[in-house]
Amino acid sequence: MTTTRDIRSDFPILSRRVGPGAGKPLVYLDNAATTQKPRHVIETVDRFYQHENANIHRGVHYLSMHATDAYDRARERIAEAIGANHPAEVIFVRGTTEAINLVASSFAGDRFEAGDEIVLTTMEHHANIVPWQLLAKRKGLVLKWTPVTDSGEIDLDAFRAQFSARTKLATFTQVSNALGTINPVKEMIAIAREFGAHVLVDGAQGVAHGTVNLAELGADFYAFSGHKVVGPDGIGVLWGRRELLDSMPPYQGGGDMIERVSIEKTTFRHSPERFEAGTPNISGAIGLGAAFDYLAKVGWDTIEANERDLLDYATARLGEVEGIRILGPQDTRGKVAVISFTMDSAHPHDIGTILDTEGVAIRAGHHCAQPLMDRFQVAGTARASFAFYNNRDDVDRLMDGILKVKKYFG
Amino acid sequence: MDDDDLSDLYQEIILSHNKRPHNEGELDPRSGEAEGYNPLCGDRIRVYVHKTDSGLLDAVTFTGEGCAISRAAASIMTDSVKNLDPAGVEAKIAEALEMLTSKEEPEIDLTVIGDLAALVGVRHFPARIKCATLAWHTLESALKGEGIVSTEEG
Repeated sequence: MTTTRDIRSDFPILSRRVGPGAGKPLVYLDNAATTQKPRHVIETVDRFYQHENANIHRGVHYLSMHATDAYDRARERIAEAIGANHPAEVIFVRGTTEAINLVASSFAGDRFEAGDEIVLTTMEHHANIVPWQLLAKRKGLVLKWTPVTDSGEIDLDAFRAQFSARTKLATFTQVSNALGTINPVKEMIAIAREFGAHVLVDGAQGVAHGTVNLAELGADFYAFSGHKVVGPDGIGVLWGRRELLDSMPPYQGGGDMIERVSIEKTTFRHSPERFEAGTPNISGAIGLGAAFDYLAKVGWDTIEANERDLLDYATARLGEVEGIRILGPQDTRGKVAVISFTMDSAHPHDIGTILDTEGVAIRAGHHCAQPLMDRFQVAGTARASFAFYNNRDDVDRLMDGILKVKKYFG
Repeated sequence: MDDDDLSDLYQEIILSHNKRPHNEGELDPRSGEAEGYNPLCGDRIRVYVHKTDSGLLDAVTFTGEGCAISRAAASIMTDSVKNLDPAGVEAKIAEALEMLTSKEEPEIDLTVIGDLAALVGVRHFPARIKCATLAWHTLESALKGEGIVSTEEG
């Protein structure tokens, strides 16, 4: 079994110090914003540019064929890792945000009509809110918002109550970025199906914390970003059911997505090329393939066990501190290793600044989930989010920082 | 950012203004008001002003949620511009913004600028400077009757 010590040595950045002077050893607890990168990913991207760089799907020369092959293999690798039925179901995009916008534009924008309804939840990230608001305004669609319970969860009856014969799509997150709540995605998909609605799952947070089997999940679309699963930024995936993708018009027009262009008419290729106009992020895709290789090597059992240990330990330690309130599910089994908290005496930004002077990086603010913050009547929270390469020392350093906050603010 | 910098940032004057802000609450009657918003962090304050017939700023108050720095800055702002004439207010706003944002380390005469000097500690925390300037920009808008000001515009 891989120990956390071995794992930590795979991530060069974890050994650096932060801040002026000698600085403090970095305690990185902002993993829900972005994860750090293992040497395997960094070296794969580096090797591509040093030795393998060429444009894909065009050249007859050695390097181009090699790069095309590496790009295609990355797609196959990722398709396998997320349980897709076919590599053609994996579309490379810039990230979750672009994936959702693609569905809003090419799927919903193409076939929904005025009065059609979309079901969402109030725990969505802005990336799964704003594209739908823009589309609703343009096409006269109705957005239905599933409320969140006091413990930051989705009540299935409340979710069901949002549906009607006009519901065309349900779009919701697998895991709340702000609270860590794991949603009952399978049950939610089943409810949407009863009403004949399509389903988009925002997997930005979910994909990093456990194995995903999309063939089993039963959704129509699944979106995630590479940078949150130890991969590069600027690359992400929209997974979609193949027959659905092939029935959708292109998202952007350009090179690589066409079958034949004439002055009068252009015909398009099938998925995934149809949705990948222009030269894609080749090194990013290859790097993301390497990220899934690395995660498989560490093992999802190890990843989940480490994160669960950290979540339980950190929840208990923070619970010792008077004046700390943890938002979201109180039972840690209902959430991933994200702890969103407030302190009676100190505002999240002041907490963040003081922790930063201890080398502890957390996120403070609304986490791009303002409707959820409104729901809990807070302007923001302090959020410590863990990855499998964190350890209990990191939690202890977080606690030292919290005590320092208490020293200033009481 | 070391512990000395942190102690400068969260010095007693700031913590005390945060805990017991001066001039907090709505103002009625008022001659102007504006909302200041930092979309990056969600901090939101409203500043209310009242001017006499001769243009003297005889009352300034604020309401809103925010971090210790933004609340202390708002409290200190209200204290330092109250009862000034228009030219005096303008000069004070310029002085405060200069102190908080100038590239050069400002020279501060503590006997003259009082609690305002306590805000200078944010200079070592670039991510927090906007917390300290928000109240001042909002005051400017309230006086001009502009309504809403955001830290991410202009």
